[in-house]
Amino acid sequence: MARVTIDNRTGDFPAGTMILAAAQTLGSDIPTLCTIKGLPPDPVCRVCSVEVEHGGRTMMQTACSRPILDGMVVHTRSDRVRDRRRVLIQMLLARCPGVDAVVDLARREGVTDTPFTKTLPASTRPDDCILCGRCVRACREVSGAEVLGWMHRGFTRRVALPFDEPSDECVICAACASLCPTGCLTLEDEAGREIAHDELLLGPNSAIRVGTYQAVPNRPYVDPDSCLHLRYGSCGVCERVCEHGAVDLRQQDRIEEIRVGSIVVATGFDTFDPSRIKRYGYGRLRDVVTTLEVERMLNAAGPTSGQVKTSNGRAPRRVAVAHCVGSRDRNEHEYCSRVCCMVALKQAHLIRERTGAEVYSFSIDLRCFGKGYEEFFHKIMREGVRFVRGKVVTVEPARPTDDGALIVRAEDTLLGEVLRVPVDMVILAVGLEASRGTTDLARKLGLSVGRDGWLLEQHPKLGPVSTAVDGVFLAGACQGPKDIPDAVAQGLAAAARALALADRGEVEIAGSTAHIDPEVCAGCRECAELCPVRAIAFDARHGVCAVEERLCQGCGACAAQCRSGAAAARHFTDEQVLAELEGVLW
Amino acid sequence: MVSENQPTIVAFLCNWCSYAGADLAGTSRVEVPANVRVIRVMCTGRVDPVFVLRAFASGADGVLVAGCHPGDCHYQTGNYRARRRITLLSELMSSVGIDRRRLWLRWVGASEGELFAATVREMVDELRRLGPNPLATVWCA
Repeated sequence: MARVTIDNRTGDFPAGTMILAAAQTLGSDIPTLCTIKGLPPDPVCRVCSVEVEHGGRTMMQTACSRPILDGMVVHTRSDRVRDRRRVLIQMLLARCPGVDAVVDLARREGVTDTPFTKTLPASTRPDDCILCGRCVRACREVSGAEVLGWMHRGFTRRVALPFDEPSDECVICAACASLCPTGCLTLEDEAGREIAHDELLLGPNSAIRVGTYQAVPNRPYVDPDSCLHLRYGSCGVCERVCEHGAVDLRQQDRIEEIRVGSIVVATGFDTFDPSRIKRYGYGRLRDVVTTLEVERMLNAAGPTSGQVKTSNGRAPRRVAVAHCVGSRDRNEHEYCSRVCCMVALKQAHLIRERTGAEVYSFSIDLRCFGKGYEEFFHKIMREGVRFVRGKVVTVEPARPTDDGALIVRAEDTLLGEVLRVPVDMVILAVGLEASRGTTDLARKLGLSVGRDGWLLEQHPKLGPVSTAVDGVFLAGACQGPKDIPDAVAQGLAAAARALALADRGEVEIAGSTAHIDPEVCAGCRECAELCPVRAIAFDARHGVCAVEERLCQGCGACAAQCRSGAAAARHFTDEQVLAELEGVLW
Repeated sequence: MVSENQPTIVAFLCNWCSYAGADLAGTSRVEVPANVRVIRVMCTGRVDPVFVLRAFASGADGVLVAGCHPGDCHYQTGNYRARRRITLLSELMSSVGIDRRRLWLRWVGASEGELFAATVREMVDELRRLGPNPLATVWCA
């Protein structure tokens, strides 16, 4: 520990603490332009210069990079400090008169004008760069790419790329641009367009984000595809700046084994990937977006703060909504996804409300089946949304003479006319499909997957929650497209079924299970291999197979396979079936 | 017992799909030829080839094994297992003197009552062309 006195206030700090940090703790505010949390100090702006007394000597030192020593006395507001700071600010004012950070600093420090004039031609260096070097440090410390560096000295000093050429070493982390206090450093692609981390190609986001605002638990997570540390081993700034030490980038996926009595499958759905239907131009044409992306736009906490914008940043004047993208389509999914109609209607309503745009809705028909849904549809019709009966055929780029960015072609099947509608934005009401990995999961749990890819319930009417495997229940959209109330209802039912089992503490099993006679079994284990629910285990001590009756579903495959006749399916034994056979052939 | 015009068919139907399909044929008043004698099993995977051979030996003119469509099996793999067993069995049938065309394996779903009826009609026609099971007169005399 070292004792230090700053502006007549004394405190003890661990060795290595910088004067700047100690001063903040003791209540002395030292201005600085180049210091930023998470990056090591590099005293280039020198605005934080303070007067330091130690060992009988007094000198001017930068508070950001000078560690405290025991017995040090620091003055942050002495005349000498004020003079030094004023000159520095005047020089900065002369160089960058238009930079807010500099102007604010000058106002706080009472500097109103500058005696210096700019003598260098504007082309020599970027006017707005205050040479704080945050970008250079970020490039070294955050990305580890070390692309940005200093060039020249004195008046001509500036931040530059090697040889002033675009560098292949740049990992496009955008740390430099995000830390630049003046905004004079931007990232551009080869065509001169600005680059940012994108969330669904809509707006800036970072590698650490909160999945959704209703997420449980509502915690930020690190996206391994965007995180520089996980991709390149660099950065790790989050770990350094988190005061509670809550970020641990070394965490690995862990496999844990948990013994449970029942399993509720609630793996949900994926939205249909509309780039599979080439003629809609998704992924190829800007401003062809999905309902999910519009949902994010409409979210006040989303990337566009609730604004609906086209790719040029303006509110659309005309919007087309294409229904049944990927559903009710023999080439994709034949089933109706149920939720998309109402989602698209809601979005049509909100877009009209927020932008006043004309909204065209192209559909086979609208399926407004729930409570209050038909009424909502009528309300939207009264609001002036134009409904066209006919699916969108193609979306293509508009010609310069068209009033809009995109052309939607569709047939109005009521009028028997082919329409060509210029719009600024096309929203694809994408359908729902079984989430990726459903088949794998089904195989692991022994569930069946229907022809449409969704998990099969035990009975479509009488067993909508339970499955063919006892103790495994389905909740929500893993079983089929569902809206929120239906998913909640099924989730509650699944939870109740699971709880009922736990509460009773015992389960009833059907009597028609298989049985293996240990006296006859030869221990070949063929039955154990073919059992679909893995109810047969080999008892190594006795050299025979045994049926776990709690698991057995009674299909009888083992009985048909058994060569020694040891396995029998109760109620369907060989004797019973053969007797029945004799009976029917009488 | 077995007239030439009225072949006897033993049908092993799985509990979940084909038995339900046959049931549906009944409740929907679809006419199913009376030639078929149904034996319910939990799954086509339960159908031991011995059952089929015994049916022929006992005088059946045809055996129909019907289960869930591939991928729809209540027990995931029972119908695939049945397909393997029945394929192998039909390869071997001629060596015991039974025409392999007398053994049918079909997929009939729980909602396909009409398909069940059509399958049985088709099978009756085929068996009429083939004539009575020759083993019936040898073994069941």
